[in-house]
Amino acid sequence: MSNDSVLRIDNVTMQFGGVIAVDNVTIDVNKGEIVSLIGPNGAGKTTAFNVITGVYAPTNGAVYFNDEKIIENYPQGKMRTMYKGENQGKYRQVLSPTPDRITKLGIARTFQNIRLFKSQTVFENVLIAQHLRRTSNLLSATLHLNGKEEAQMRKDARDLLHILELDDVADEMATSLPYGKQRRVEIARAMATKPSLLLLDEPAAGMNPQETDELTAFIGRIRDEFGLTIFMIEHHMDLVMEISDRIYVLDFGKMIASGLPEEIQSNRRVIEAYLGGAVDE
Amino acid sequence: MKKKELIPGLILIAALLVLLRYLELHISPQSQWAMLLTVLKKGSIYALVAVSMNLLNGFTGLFSLGQAGFMMIGAYTYAVLTIPAEQREMVYMYYEGGIIRFALPSIVGIILAGVVAAVFAFLIGLPVLRLKSDYLAIATLGFAEIMRALFQWDTLGPLTNGSNMLRSYPTFKTILYPFIVSGVCIALIVMLINSTYGRAFKAIRDDEIAAEAMGINLAHHKRIAFTVSSFFAGISGALLAMFQTNVQAKSFNSAMTYEILLIVVIGGIGSVTGSVISSFLFIACSEWLLRFLDETHVIGDVTLPLMRSGFRKVVFSLIIMVIVLFFRQGIMGNREFSFTRLFSGRSKKSKGGKADE
Amino acid sequence: MDWFSRNLPYFLAGISVGGQYALIAIGYTMVYGILRLINFAHGDIFMVAGLLMVYLSASLPVFLAIPLVIILTVLIGFTVERVAYKPLRQAPRMSVMISAIGVSYLLQNLALYITGGLAQQYPAIPWVSDQITVFGASTKRVTVITPFLTIILVILLVILIKKTKIGMAMRAASKDFETSQLMGIRINSVISTTFIIGSFLAAIGSLLFFSNYTGVTPTIGTMPGLKAFVAAVFGGIGSIPGAVIGAFIIGICENMIMMLNQYVRFDISNFKDAFAFLLLIIILLFKPTGLFGEKQTDKV
Repeated sequence: MSNDSVLRIDNVTMQFGGVIAVDNVTIDVNKGEIVSLIGPNGAGKTTAFNVITGVYAPTNGAVYFNDEKIIENYPQGKMRTMYKGENQGKYRQVLSPTPDRITKLGIARTFQNIRLFKSQTVFENVLIAQHLRRTSNLLSATLHLNGKEEAQMRKDARDLLHILELDDVADEMATSLPYGKQRRVEIARAMATKPSLLLLDEPAAGMNPQETDELTAFIGRIRDEFGLTIFMIEHHMDLVMEISDRIYVLDFGKMIASGLPEEIQSNRRVIEAYLGGAVDE
Repeated sequence: MKKKELIPGLILIAALLVLLRYLELHISPQSQWAMLLTVLKKGSIYALVAVSMNLLNGFTGLFSLGQAGFMMIGAYTYAVLTIPAEQREMVYMYYEGGIIRFALPSIVGIILAGVVAAVFAFLIGLPVLRLKSDYLAIATLGFAEIMRALFQWDTLGPLTNGSNMLRSYPTFKTILYPFIVSGVCIALIVMLINSTYGRAFKAIRDDEIAAEAMGINLAHHKRIAFTVSSFFAGISGALLAMFQTNVQAKSFNSAMTYEILLIVVIGGIGSVTGSVISSFLFIACSEWLLRFLDETHVIGDVTLPLMRSGFRKVVFSLIIMVIVLFFRQGIMGNREFSFTRLFSGRSKKSKGGKADE
Repeated sequence: MDWFSRNLPYFLAGISVGGQYALIAIGYTMVYGILRLINFAHGDIFMVAGLLMVYLSASLPVFLAIPLVIILTVLIGFTVERVAYKPLRQAPRMSVMISAIGVSYLLQNLALYITGGLAQQYPAIPWVSDQITVFGASTKRVTVITPFLTIILVILLVILIKKTKIGMAMRAASKDFETSQLMGIRINSVISTTFIIGSFLAAIGSLLFFSNYTGVTPTIGTMPGLKAFVAAVFGGIGSIPGAVIGAFIIGICENMIMMLNQYVRFDISNFKDAFAFLLLIIILLFKPTGLFGEKQTDKV
């Protein structure tokens, strides 16, 4: 492992019943990189994201963050059914942080189908992320004895919206915005958790070419300004080829190629996977 | 409440208390207005439990139906701990005066009523808060029923007086008492909702998965909301015990929880002021305003049809059905009542999105 | 033999009550399967069926009163759905549930108004209500009939759902409401049918139940209703065999408590009702969707 490894997915397999959604996949993301994960629909890309963010516990393999092991397999490969806690206690020695703990470690994500808090404004959406850095407890927060912290939370949220050029819509209801704007708000909300690694799940889905161009610039900018590392799933090849440092390709859960954008572009297996042709080897 | 609303707010509260005291001193128990005082007292108590239920169902999105159970725990805690020692022999006549021989001051009893309800909620919450939506609803409803059976259990009689009535404990002397206690509690709930914790609750309500991705520990925050809500339900239970001057477990049944839920819905899920307004309206309609429907009226030679005992409740349930079917947002929707808005006539940008999904 | 004849009535009562709960539980589970609605008014439909029998049998011979009770109950169930639930088809689920609570409140208050709050004596149905002796234990004939009648009705229902066109539509609607609509299934008639079947079975259940417990009060539907719902959740909501098995388990268990009560030092009879809930909570913690429920996972 190199010194500047931020994320390493190490031989991860994710199996649901008889379906192997992710099959023995290894991915490395280094500091400051923008790495893309591409592949046809149903290739297991989002499942890989869900493993990294602790939504599913992998059947096999481990995930490292800043060279520290944060997730390890369950012995029998059970899916963690959310919040029903059926695996609690059974696998005590196994690392399986919940999504909130992953976020606290510094990994933030967006969702394929935008999941903004629908009854709240853009500002409130971003403000919620400040909650994880609170130092006040229930009592002091209720009695509003944490005025200083509260003011700081609001200031941080305002500042972030300003940097990301969203302050003009700060008091709009988040879900009343046009689609492209909602995507940006979701990225802003993820940024508000102050991550060092940002996971973007199809950030350009449903965008027109102009919005996609704006998004490309936006992603590049936040990487540079915040010193972030970005790992994203995307279908828009223009976007992927333009900003990715490296690309991984999944097909039917298997890693079929990885490398620089120009290598991927000319890779025969990748082209066949996308065009649906048979692989003759 | 915004900063600039604080001063007029405080003045209004003071004026309200003075008015209440005035009414209390000048309405004789025999006059037809005496019912108004009863409605105000009971309404203020229901306002607290409705707001506490709204904190769960409206603000955190946890569909819980255990509110009457936690009220019962509060009511019993208060009654059991505050009955004067010399009265116990009489109250616990079937259990040789019971096992508790001391009596705590009333205000300590009220606080402990909340604390005991909260402790129960915490313990119950550990397993059941993992359940979702309807499953949570039926499990909390079930727990309330189990508690009710437990409190009526003969073997616990020396503590709870079994299925017999608890009475002779201190009650309030003035209408100001329930208003002040409820008012302070509701203010605390509002402050909680407006704090960073309240924002986390609303995030969980809107989208659990996204909330978790924002670093919010779901289990922890759900437990907080459940425990705090039950704390205040317990306090309102203690107030209800004082209001009724006697307590019996069998009255805290599922129908009572449904009633509170209806109050919350009529007021608007996700609106504290809505719950408060709706509590007073609900109690006034069910106990007072529609009372004429229960009496036989004769105009000239014609006896008005249908009007006899019980008709009031039928009309009342029809009104509720009309509200539920045609005014789904309730009185306030998910907005809050605000003076600035009322006086300046400038309406705040209406909030889209529904809280009650 | 002495032990046997002393405790047999509890077993018989358990199976019989279980069958009655099962008939109510099917209404809950079918409605939940399609609408994802806890129909809180279902227990009150059961109560209304009881009251109808009381009033109709006062002026009509029993053989006329019974079919009329069933028809009227079905009509009420159908009307409740059309008036109180159908307008809320697009509304959030919570609104529909509140509407159900509202209907329950209305039916109870109507019953209170009509009866004046007094318990109404349920008429004895000839043959069904007769006393008989089973293995030395004296009981009403209804106790013995109930489990058989329940099982016959359940088998007929399962055949209806498996073999007929409307049954197929029901299964489709409970699998995927939206898609089945797009596939040209007339969802409103499917839902109406569901309520008609549910109310029909509740009416039968009510005839059997009140032949044993003869006082009909406005709130009497609440407890059997809740327990039947618990049975439906216990068995895995949406599953008809699950609801039936759950109902029998709950009916038998609560009578076992009464049986045990003879032997233990403390009086535990008032946990009879609470026990169903305890059982429910325990099962939910280990199998969050009930005994035969399908496992659900969240899509992220």
